[in-house]
Amino acid sequence: MNLDVNQLYVKACGADAFFAFKGEITSERINAILEEIESKLALISSEVRMQKKIYNILVECLQNLYHHSDTVPVDLIGQLGNNYGMVVLKKLDKGFSLKVGNFVSNEKVKFLSEKIEKLNSLSTEALKEMYKFILTYQKLSPKGGGGLGLIDIARKSNHHLEYYFYPYDDTYSFYELDILIV
Amino acid sequence: MDTLLIEGTPKTPTVRFDASKGLVELKGRSIPENSIEFYKPLVDWLESYAKDSKPQTQVNIQLEYFNTSSSKCILDVFKKLEAIQKSNPNSVTINWFYDQDDEDMLEAGQDYESIIRVPFKMMEVAG
Repeated sequence: MNLDVNQLYVKACGADAFFAFKGEITSERINAILEEIESKLALISSEVRMQKKIYNILVECLQNLYHHSDTVPVDLIGQLGNNYGMVVLKKLDKGFSLKVGNFVSNEKVKFLSEKIEKLNSLSTEALKEMYKFILTYQKLSPKGGGGLGLIDIARKSNHHLEYYFYPYDDTYSFYELDILIV
Repeated sequence: MDTLLIEGTPKTPTVRFDASKGLVELKGRSIPENSIEFYKPLVDWLESYAKDSKPQTQVNIQLEYFNTSSSKCILDVFKKLEAIQKSNPNSVTINWFYDQDDEDMLEAGQDYESIIRVPFKMMEVAG
């Protein structure tokens, strides 16, 4: 039986999601999500540093989804739409957990795994140097991405990134990135 | 040359580039999905300004948030300012404002400071 992405969403939400969304990721939707989370955060967290960190990481995650969520298995487009993404934010005893997910083609699984493993292996100082190197020498893609998003998320979260690839079929997997923000 | 004035939005900063005063200002949020389109007129303006820049150019960058797509465009802005500084030494200062609770924004300013050969002043703002 094929992977059920609704089940993954339900599992990610658990019983206590602070914010949860699944559906089409458009520019307008990103605005709405950012606005809602910003006002909710202001109500529950007095720590400005934490609010800013979450907002910054969320912006990068949502924009990654915006640029890459157009990969949806053909047989799921009717059910999920053309730009499917999932976002779940939870408040923990200490800090927050952010889970984002989208489909990727299986060809990208190895590249993404290696990239995240590499980031996880680097020290804070090495991440900073890598960020500066790419900032200085790599050109922006026509979509406006610069290969800096994941590095920035790793730097700002200051914690190892967890990731999962749930195989859907021979062509696609569902990619979930779990970020701990403390 | 004409002053470049752009009103801020929830995703793009307020821009005030005033050649008569030698003032270059960005304030607010810079988190558009695609920043190239937004920053192109700013970079073009600076290229024209560089041909007849003021003896002193004051740059105020006061951003609450910026995404990584903007970070490269902001570097392009700084590279234009670096070119002005190179042809006219000691003419450019970049004031980088950051909220006192926002270490990430301070660090972002320090990243640029280490890449661009223009003096930066880190300006802490009370939260």
